Amino acid sequence: MDAGKLENILRRYDGSTHNLLQILREIQEAEGWISPESVTALEQALAVPRAKIEGVASFYAFLHLKPIGRYRILFSDNITDRMGGNQDLMARLCHLLWIEPGKVSEDGLASVDLTSCTGMCDQGPALLVNGHVVTRLDEARIETIAQLVRDQIPVEEWPAEFFQVEDNVQRRDILLGCEFEPGSALRALHARLDTDGVLASNTRSWREGLPRGLVGPATMLDEVKHANLRGRGGAGFTTGLKWEACRNAPLADGQDRIVVCNADEGEPGTFKDRVLLTSHADMVFEGMTLAAYAVGARRGFLYLRGEYRYLLDHLEGVLARRRRDNLLGHSIIGIPGADFDIKIHVGAGAYVCGEESALIESLEGKRGTPRNRPPFPVTHGYLEQPTIVNNVETFAAAALIALNGGEWYRNIGTSHSAGSKILSVSGDCERPGLYEFPFGVSVAEVLEACGAKDTQAVQVSGPSGFTIAAHEFDRKICFEDIPTAGAFMVFDKSRDMFQVARNFVHFFAHESCGFCTPCRVGTSLLKNLMDKLHNGQGSPYDFKEIEHLNHILQAMSHCGLGHSACNPVLDTIEKFRAAYDARMSHQDFTPAFDLDGALSQARQMTGRDDALAHFGAAHGELQ
Amino acid sequence: MTQTFTLDGQEIPFTPGQTIIQAALAAGVFIPHLCYHPEFKPHGSCKLCTVKVNGRHTASCTFKANTGLQVESNTEELNAERRTLVQMLFVEGNHFCPSCEKSGNCQLQATAYDLGMMSPHFDHFFPDRPVDASHPELLLDFNRCILCSLCVRASRDVDGKSVFALADRGIQSHLIVNAESGQLADTNVSVDDKAVQVCPVGVILRKRQGFVVPIGERTYDELPISGHVHGAVTLTEES
Repeated sequence: MDAGKLENILRRYDGSTHNLLQILREIQEAEGWISPESVTALEQALAVPRAKIEGVASFYAFLHLKPIGRYRILFSDNITDRMGGNQDLMARLCHLLWIEPGKVSEDGLASVDLTSCTGMCDQGPALLVNGHVVTRLDEARIETIAQLVRDQIPVEEWPAEFFQVEDNVQRRDILLGCEFEPGSALRALHARLDTDGVLASNTRSWREGLPRGLVGPATMLDEVKHANLRGRGGAGFTTGLKWEACRNAPLADGQDRIVVCNADEGEPGTFKDRVLLTSHADMVFEGMTLAAYAVGARRGFLYLRGEYRYLLDHLEGVLARRRRDNLLGHSIIGIPGADFDIKIHVGAGAYVCGEESALIESLEGKRGTPRNRPPFPVTHGYLEQPTIVNNVETFAAAALIALNGGEWYRNIGTSHSAGSKILSVSGDCERPGLYEFPFGVSVAEVLEACGAKDTQAVQVSGPSGFTIAAHEFDRKICFEDIPTAGAFMVFDKSRDMFQVARNFVHFFAHESCGFCTPCRVGTSLLKNLMDKLHNGQGSPYDFKEIEHLNHILQAMSHCGLGHSACNPVLDTIEKFRAAYDARMSHQDFTPAFDLDGALSQARQMTGRDDALAHFGAAHGELQ
Repeated sequence: MTQTFTLDGQEIPFTPGQTIIQAALAAGVFIPHLCYHPEFKPHGSCKLCTVKVNGRHTASCTFKANTGLQVESNTEELNAERRTLVQMLFVEGNHFCPSCEKSGNCQLQATAYDLGMMSPHFDHFFPDRPVDASHPELLLDFNRCILCSLCVRASRDVDGKSVFALADRGIQSHLIVNAESGQLADTNVSVDDKAVQVCPVGVILRKRQGFVVPIGERTYDELPISGHVHGAVTLTEES
């Protein structure tokens, strides 16, 4: 990369090592890879050891320290993409381009590989080409793509309809149905304050934790607490408590409080944040601003997953407009001292960064390894400062609460799950897309709404969630029954639930960060076991092994990824045992080693293929 | 009054700020560990030191001691789980103890013996990990790396050099060195570096020192690793 270009990138990121990931991502975008020369230049400019730069770059799936072709094509490999035929489509493209999956063509033109779910399950199969998402793949589209690559047409000039992403909102409720006026939630909150409160926030720095009894920022916190808002990322932690802990955390000199919006929507089958950021970005940013007001933060980040890079210009546009309208920046809507701004940080292909402490590491420009906790982010988060990390949907809900009040909100949904939940419905149904329901909706009602027929199972909350079988379809979506981050993948009776679980296990092995022994090795062992069953070499012994691994992963893993990696296997073994039994050629032990297969090379070398050249026959004769 | 917590029924004194493993080792009670080293900031990655605190699994190298905690460590359940972790470490790398110069001084091998590991149990991964013999005085045999990151921490925090770093992720994670060529000879490593001395396994080796101490007379040949706990006490007090 020429020196001027690099200097430009470095300048935009303040030449700070905390922005290393963003700098690397920009180099990757500009050059198609990160060359040793670029690493050397960074090493000098940032005064960071090159091994650290390489360590960071190699952690993220979308950054490359080796050239991988001018056209880098990654097929989304969620189970819904598979059901849509992504494997045949990928094989077809590889055939047309004369390349092997995972390898670069000899002329350095292109590479084709798989990537984890790209969040386009309602309009898949999908792929990424040089970071741009292509939806609704079919054979014709693949033929065209092969031609475009062979003709070396720049991706920017490919047909626009390839890159079209639909919102597919199928059911709106309080959130998706809200005609949100930018700034209205901030103003509604401000109007609700009594005079003392306004004075209090005027005369004291709003960044200080306000003493009890003063309204101002405390009002927002009270509304959120009164609303019983719980985190929409799946875990359901009480939002008000998180915000309060952050606000009450002591600040050292020079420290600030930080608001982070987690838009690293990596859980396969989830795509609600994509739509919220596409069509409801003001609500999300306003929720962040309200949170900043409540906790006393001046800085905010939106951590946008790399797969949603295509939303960056749009989101920057919304932020710029909000700055112009005094909804961001200094003295927001005229409240003196109410200063807050938001930066967008784009990820680069790492599911584990959805875990809040890994996300913060990534924000700091490091490898996305989950931290040892305690301390928790609310006291020691971004650069050791008190930090709240909330889901995109949580912030949008906070804006709704400021607008309509906590009392209104708490009366929607169930007693322990206030408000609504946006479900990302995909798989075997007539109308995939977003469905917003009040909490407490049953699985059956959602299936009815999306036009699902002959449903065998639903995977709620993605691979780390729950496999729900037909006899449980009266169960409800809410924190007290089936909590979810939003994924709702439908499988009809034609689907093989073993393959569903196997796809999820491959996903976890691919996304394990490798930090702790149980998850790094355990997810790979589990993947090998599932492949062993897939290859028809399974035995009841393997079930014990799976249970054993599950215990180790749950008890010993460092973070939630390891804890939940066995969930889909255990759920499907329990509820869809027939899919596993069908793969058992023996009821007792079967060696994983295929003796007859091992003779194939000898047969090839001797040119023999008679009965005696096969293990089974020779074995029989000996007896 | 001294503050204490209970470890396997025994009262362990601690000073505020100490982790469970620090307090335990100081009291002469061994908890198996590989990535923990008394001189460095805890990493918490190998998970060998996992104990049960009030019934919940947690890494004792990162968990702060607190008055009244009920901690289990030397139990059949935990030792079985630790044995599985050691088996995992054995199969993900290429460990051939009989031909390894570190045999008898290796913490992985010693821990496996101590926990009664009789077989690797899982299928071996047989990864392809080329050795780096570029340096005139040092050999890097990545086949034996357990990703404890002790050399990374020692080089960065003690030597001030950052010769080592972890790269890639998941099962592909591996150790790299700080040189464009990727070769140790092109780094500023020195044989006197702390990083060269802390490897618990046989990755970082001095050349021409092979088998200076005969097999049978090495650190863990005489006394199992769990018996070396007072060594750890001395180190803690010195540091």
